[in-house]
Amino acid sequence: MAVKTVIEAIREGMDEEMARDQSVFIMGEDVGQRGGVFLATDGLFKKYGADRVIDTPLAESTIVGLAIGAAANGMRPIAEIQFADFIAPAMNQIIEEAARICYRTNGDLNLPIVIRAPWGGGVHGALYHSQSIEALFAHVPGLKVVAPGTPADAKGLLKSAVRDPDPVLYLEHKRTYRLIKGEVPDGDRLVPIGKAEVKRQGKDLSLIAYGLMLHYCLEAADTLAAEGVEAEVLDLRTIKPLDVAAVIATTRKTGKVLVVHEDNPFAGVAAEVMAVIMEQAFDALDAPVMRLTGPDVPAMPFNHVLEAAFMPSPEKILAKARELAKY
Amino acid sequence: MAVVTMPQLGESITEGTIARWLKKVGDPVKKYESLVEVITDKVNAEVPAPVAGVLKEIRVQEGATVTVGTEICVIEESVPATVSSAAPKQSAPSREEQPAHTATAPTRNGGEEAHGRLSPAVRTLADEHGIGDDELGKVQGTGVGGRISKRDLQDYIERRGAGAGKAPAVQAPTAAPRAGDEVIPLSPIRRSIATHMVKSKQTTPHAWTVAEVDMTNVVRFRRSVKESFKQREGVDLTYLPIVIKGVVEQLKDNPRLNASWGEDKILVHHDFNIGIAVSIDDGLVVPVIHQADKLSIAALARATDDLARRARAQKLTLQDVQGGTFTVNNPGTFGNILSYAIINSPEAAILSMEAIVKRPVVLDGDAIAVRSMMNLCLSFDHRVMDGANAARFLQGLRRWLEGVSEQLPLY
Repeated sequence: MAVKTVIEAIREGMDEEMARDQSVFIMGEDVGQRGGVFLATDGLFKKYGADRVIDTPLAESTIVGLAIGAAANGMRPIAEIQFADFIAPAMNQIIEEAARICYRTNGDLNLPIVIRAPWGGGVHGALYHSQSIEALFAHVPGLKVVAPGTPADAKGLLKSAVRDPDPVLYLEHKRTYRLIKGEVPDGDRLVPIGKAEVKRQGKDLSLIAYGLMLHYCLEAADTLAAEGVEAEVLDLRTIKPLDVAAVIATTRKTGKVLVVHEDNPFAGVAAEVMAVIMEQAFDALDAPVMRLTGPDVPAMPFNHVLEAAFMPSPEKILAKARELAKY
Repeated sequence: MAVVTMPQLGESITEGTIARWLKKVGDPVKKYESLVEVITDKVNAEVPAPVAGVLKEIRVQEGATVTVGTEICVIEESVPATVSSAAPKQSAPSREEQPAHTATAPTRNGGEEAHGRLSPAVRTLADEHGIGDDELGKVQGTGVGGRISKRDLQDYIERRGAGAGKAPAVQAPTAAPRAGDEVIPLSPIRRSIATHMVKSKQTTPHAWTVAEVDMTNVVRFRRSVKESFKQREGVDLTYLPIVIKGVVEQLKDNPRLNASWGEDKILVHHDFNIGIAVSIDDGLVVPVIHQADKLSIAALARATDDLARRARAQKLTLQDVQGGTFTVNNPGTFGNILSYAIINSPEAAILSMEAIVKRPVVLDGDAIAVRSMMNLCLSFDHRVMDGANAARFLQGLRRWLEGVSEQLPLY
């Protein structure tokens, strides 16, 4: 067991999968010689060569389209979208083709594709380098969406995504890349897709989050503990399929739930989590289910003051959680 | 499998005694068919089956007293023959069926206002522990606007479990039996009277006052219509319905006497539901004349006669003993002239009619005459009102009774 950053864990995961399985290969913009803009694939070009770490044109539709073709012919591509903000041109390939082929072929054809996409804000990235896109894709049946927050989960979920028979959208929060360090178990350890994890036990209220917001929630929970409020923090890890059992379990335990994400609220992941709670754990609720999210505005501003106003923060979570605790 | 629990058969009822099982284990039961007779503090009732099926297990034997919410028997549900394919959907109706008979029964009487809105979690927890609306009013809420949070209720249940929530003085001065003593086991009604009297005396600051009333006119009036009334109505015209009529009129003018103490507020009732104390074998019940303000003296006479009869025959229903807002006691029939009644909480006052006795009285012109005199004693909750309210009420009632003439309408 060693302490690693999120980006190191992702790189290590890809490295181990490529070494284990000859059909695994990487493609994307600047992933080869350059090692990726965030250096996620750093060193892999040298180790596995141009045949298995492939630089592509700046054409997201092509990247995913090629991945679909390769997967249909027995390969296991890892397609990198340089920023999640740029995934829109590939939406037709992802939604209309990748997500539906298994259904369309009556189960004859699976597409074991991993689409990696750095997402999220708080890095002064402004409009085109800060977006959250999980709700758009979580809505699509046939697609799995994962959003690990810790190095261990990042590596374990990457391995699971590569081995999954169907397309997985793998979201990596770019602010966590080097900010978050943590123990990563040695060896071939998989984190199952579709399983949330309680990252902190508590009995007074539940904070449900993923990605960078997991860490903000943990930070808020520390402060709450000093105030005598024991917050439970549930890390969804996988957005789709949602771990409903874990959501219901923590709701039944505390009776008070706050869902946090930086994506905008309308028809977002929090809305779905809240709906599930209302349907299945209404009798356990001791307060209205609450959410704290980014605002319904077109994009993350570049102005640092406005960016801070846009992003949920540990302080904002704390204020909302206090309100919930007091209810 | 439907589990039947001891139902809450009244606002303040917390336990019931299994009198008799009407079904044996293995017997088929129809939905709503009576399963068991239950004796409670106030009334006897039959508990209906929430579902159709077969009585599978009896968990509480005859004679045992258990708290509300205790599981008393299990019914194995029968699969409706006509809709066999839809049967699995019926597999768990017990949770939906039960609340109709348990703590959430619609017996709320201002209780909702007393504790505010409850979250689903609090409601669920209260049901699980058989905590009714009355008892929820005692839970200290620490949430926004005094809301009872789940934790508040958990804390309350913990304290209650530790015995802190029980009235301590109930078991305080008890005597050890001496040689030759006869030991009388407590009947549910005896125990209920004991609990309620102790609770009222402990929690309500009683104040007491008396008015002396010249009943001569009332006595004359009654004597003049007694015979014809009995012939027409089939019941005796006693003094009680006449006094109740006067009481209701005065309550309208003095609403503070038709009220209840609500910890942080006073609840003034707009219904005039008059309880009348009726003594029965080794006990006392207070059936209620609902909306007495809408009844004539004749109707009040029939109502008091009917309630007293049914009380002695132990045929009172739950409805009969619930919802009282003021009580009239008539110990005068025993001949005494003063009594200090204990308030029937949560009501705010109780009136006692004492014996009507002939006495020499000094009249307005300083003449001395023999008049029929009666004392009206009033015990009242000094939190809800002060002596002035009580005096205004009693003097109003005195004037009303002294002003009775042949013109007093019976209908």
